[in-house]
Amino acid sequence: MPESSYEDISTIYCYSTMPPSRQYSHSTMPLLPVSPYSGPSDFCTENNISECMLYISQELSSLGLPSIFYDLNGIRELDVTSALNGMYDLLQLQRRTMGMVEELEVEQLKVSSDLHCQQLSSSKLKDQLELSKKENIRLRERERQLEINVKSLQSCLKNEKEEVQKLQNIIASRATQYNHDMKRKEREFNKLKERLNQLLADRKDKKQGMDVLNYVGRSDGRRSQWKTVKTDARHESEMYKTLLNEFDKHQKELMLENAELRKVLQQMKREMVGILSPKKHSQKEEKCTEFTDQQAASDEEESSEMSCEHAREKLTNSIRQQWRKLKHHVENLDNKASMVQLGREVGEQMISKDVHQDEMERLKMEIQQCKDFIQTQQQLLQQQLNTPCDEETAAVLNDCYMLEEKERLKEEWKTFEEQRKNFEMERRSFTEAAIRLGHERKMFEEDRATWLKHQFLNMTFTEHMAIKTQNALSDYSVQEQKHTSGPKTPL
Amino acid sequence: MLNNEYGKDDTFFFIYQQDICKDKQCFGMNFSEVFKQSNQLCKISPDGKYLATCVQYRLVVRDVNTLQILQLFTCLDQVAHMEWSSDSLFILCAMYKRGLVQVWSLEQPEWHCKIDEGSIGLVSSRWSPDGRHILNTTEFHLRVTVWSLCNKSVSYIKYPKACQKGMDFSADGRYMALVERRDCKDFISIFVCDDWHLLRHFETETQDLSGVEWSPNGCVLAAWDSCLEYKMLLYSLDGRLLSTYSAYEWSLGIKSVAWSPSSQFLAIGSYDEKVRILNHITWKKLIEFEHPATITSSKAVVYKEVEKKPVIGTEDLSVHQIAMGSSLFNTKSNYEITSLPVQVPVVKPDTDRANPKIGISAIAFSADNRYLATKNDNMPQSLWVWDMQRLGLQAVLEQTAPVRCFVWDPCRPRLALCTGNNKIYMWSPAGCISVKVQVEGSFQVQSIMWHGSGDSLVLLGKDQLCLCYLATDEEK
Repeated sequence: MPESSYEDISTIYCYSTMPPSRQYSHSTMPLLPVSPYSGPSDFCTENNISECMLYISQELSSLGLPSIFYDLNGIRELDVTSALNGMYDLLQLQRRTMGMVEELEVEQLKVSSDLHCQQLSSSKLKDQLELSKKENIRLRERERQLEINVKSLQSCLKNEKEEVQKLQNIIASRATQYNHDMKRKEREFNKLKERLNQLLADRKDKKQGMDVLNYVGRSDGRRSQWKTVKTDARHESEMYKTLLNEFDKHQKELMLENAELRKVLQQMKREMVGILSPKKHSQKEEKCTEFTDQQAASDEEESSEMSCEHAREKLTNSIRQQWRKLKHHVENLDNKASMVQLGREVGEQMISKDVHQDEMERLKMEIQQCKDFIQTQQQLLQQQLNTPCDEETAAVLNDCYMLEEKERLKEEWKTFEEQRKNFEMERRSFTEAAIRLGHERKMFEEDRATWLKHQFLNMTFTEHMAIKTQNALSDYSVQEQKHTSGPKTPL
Repeated sequence: MLNNEYGKDDTFFFIYQQDICKDKQCFGMNFSEVFKQSNQLCKISPDGKYLATCVQYRLVVRDVNTLQILQLFTCLDQVAHMEWSSDSLFILCAMYKRGLVQVWSLEQPEWHCKIDEGSIGLVSSRWSPDGRHILNTTEFHLRVTVWSLCNKSVSYIKYPKACQKGMDFSADGRYMALVERRDCKDFISIFVCDDWHLLRHFETETQDLSGVEWSPNGCVLAAWDSCLEYKMLLYSLDGRLLSTYSAYEWSLGIKSVAWSPSSQFLAIGSYDEKVRILNHITWKKLIEFEHPATITSSKAVVYKEVEKKPVIGTEDLSVHQIAMGSSLFNTKSNYEITSLPVQVPVVKPDTDRANPKIGISAIAFSADNRYLATKNDNMPQSLWVWDMQRLGLQAVLEQTAPVRCFVWDPCRPRLALCTGNNKIYMWSPAGCISVKVQVEGSFQVQSIMWHGSGDSLVLLGKDQLCLCYLATDEEK
């Protein structure tokens, strides 16, 4: 019986299906068959319970669990608690392993997808590699061709050079040959000429001669002189005189030119010194002034010894030095200018970068704020436009906004009206007062006139005069009072 | 024929300016009547008063201004060469075939002189600078005989060389340089013209000395080798070698040489189409003037002669006095200034033949040293004018036909040139003009000569000559 059970177990083991994901895994865990539940197993029957128990105990003990039975007088009795414990443990184990299996499956999926990616990329790289290999081959080929070209051209050049050399040699050799031949022919020709000369001189007929009516005087009127040693010497001396005159003239011209050029050089030097000196440091200025002193001294020297070579060398050396300095100075200025430009730009950039960034941020914030503001405005506007869905409320709302203004305006109108009324009343009262005043004045004038008449009629002349003066005085005093009263009022 | 030539009064025709390019001056050009001449023998006397022409075997002397015949001499044979003596008193007429030289006197028309070289033959004949000696070169250049008109003396100079320019007199007439060749070696002899005393005699380091020329100041003698070798030697008056100049070797060398009137420059034109200027202080090359086929960047003005086809009917206002010939010869031409870059027409020479038509064949300095005119043989229709102050190209004149002759005015910077047609052309720094020679019949100008005063020109045709009087008025 246990054999059959063993067989059964082994068949179970054999036929346990392995999931495909397991194919590539190399786990060290003992593979546990995870077969789906396929109904009650026929492992244990009523007959082989103890064997089954023993087997199961053995298995459990191999898994590290206690056995499920206990021996009682040689009969294996099932220990329910331990069996249940064992089952529980097995279940736990199973759960754990299932979890592990899941994890492993996930991992495997990941790995397989990675692998897939890797495969794709490797195929792409292989293609690229192929392409670059082809390119490489092509370039190598081209390079090879160019090298061949270069070699051939070089060999051509060498050939040409050799040919040129050969031709030159040929020309040289031919030239010597021609010269030799020419000389030979010339000698022959000379011989012929001599012979001809001889023959012609010997011939008596057709002689040469001059037939002239009378001899003419010399063009300069003088008589010709005999050829003597003196005349020879005279000729020599005349020739040398001519040459010397020419040399003198030449030398004078050159001297003049020289003097001009020297003047120009000195002027240039002075100007250069002038340009250089104010821009230098104090040290250099000192040096310069020293130098200028030297120069001044040497100038004097030079002007006195015009053609002294020493002076000439000095002048040229000093010009060269000054020129070098000027060049150096100009170069420095150029460098400085460029550096300043660069520096300014760089500095500006450096400074302005920070500032720039700050400003940018600030501006951005501003923009954002403005945008927000605009948005809110828009929203409000939209609300405004959207919310009055009925005209009444809109009108009411409008009226609400207007009402306050209207009230205010009404109040103001009221105040204006009151003020106007007050002004009118005052104007009326003023006019009445003015009329009254006019009346009173008139009466006063009449009274005054009558009073004066009375006075006048009742008085003597002197009294009249006295009164007049008194009147004048009184008038004056009244006026004075008026005047004195005038300025008081504003105070 | 005689009556026609020598009896008539001469009439003048006034021609006003024609087709001036830039010039503001009005040239009044009067053309004289046409006279006959043979062999292009026509010379103005050194004092500028007389004009001597040879017609076959006759020598005709005229007054330059009135063109009246003053003297008429008859020679024994057709005259091959005619020359005035330096004092304008005598005229030499050489007849090479007969070996005869006849000398005529203006003061004494009945005076005669005949030099017979006999069987020894005559190849060239010329005056000495004092006007009293005649140098005859015999055939095959066997010797030079110096005949004196003052006394019975005769001098012989042996071994003269037959070359391009074997004899040259200095400007003041005191010295003569002669090229000699003995034992296949070149020598130069310097003679004092006064009494033909041999001053110096020295060998030159040349393969085949081709010519000598004195500098205008008479102190330097330039000697150059044949075109097979580029070599220019400069000797002082006392025979010392001052300097040697060689621009290159192997290629054909020097073709033409010219001194500047101040003796400051020596211009050497060579077969490589360049003119090299040597300066008189160091005798080293000062500058090289190239004649490229394409003129690009330059301050030069390029004048191109443009011919207008003859239009029958439109005549010049001033020419109604003359009965013009057929209007076919009335091709007007004027100059147009072409803008750079300009292609100069090049005629490729035949390389197989000797003396190829390539290189600078003619150089001339203007009288004031300021300008240099050059002609490149493979650009035969163009004339190049260089400014010596600036040492650069001043102007290029492109003609419709090859330039035959160009001569500078002896007084002003003015260049007259002709191309073998019926026009004369003049260039000055102010501009260029082309003037048709207004004479009866056709007149093809083949060579030009200036009068010493620069006021008139002698135009020589094939067998005709005519004078052109220039009257320069200021701007009207």
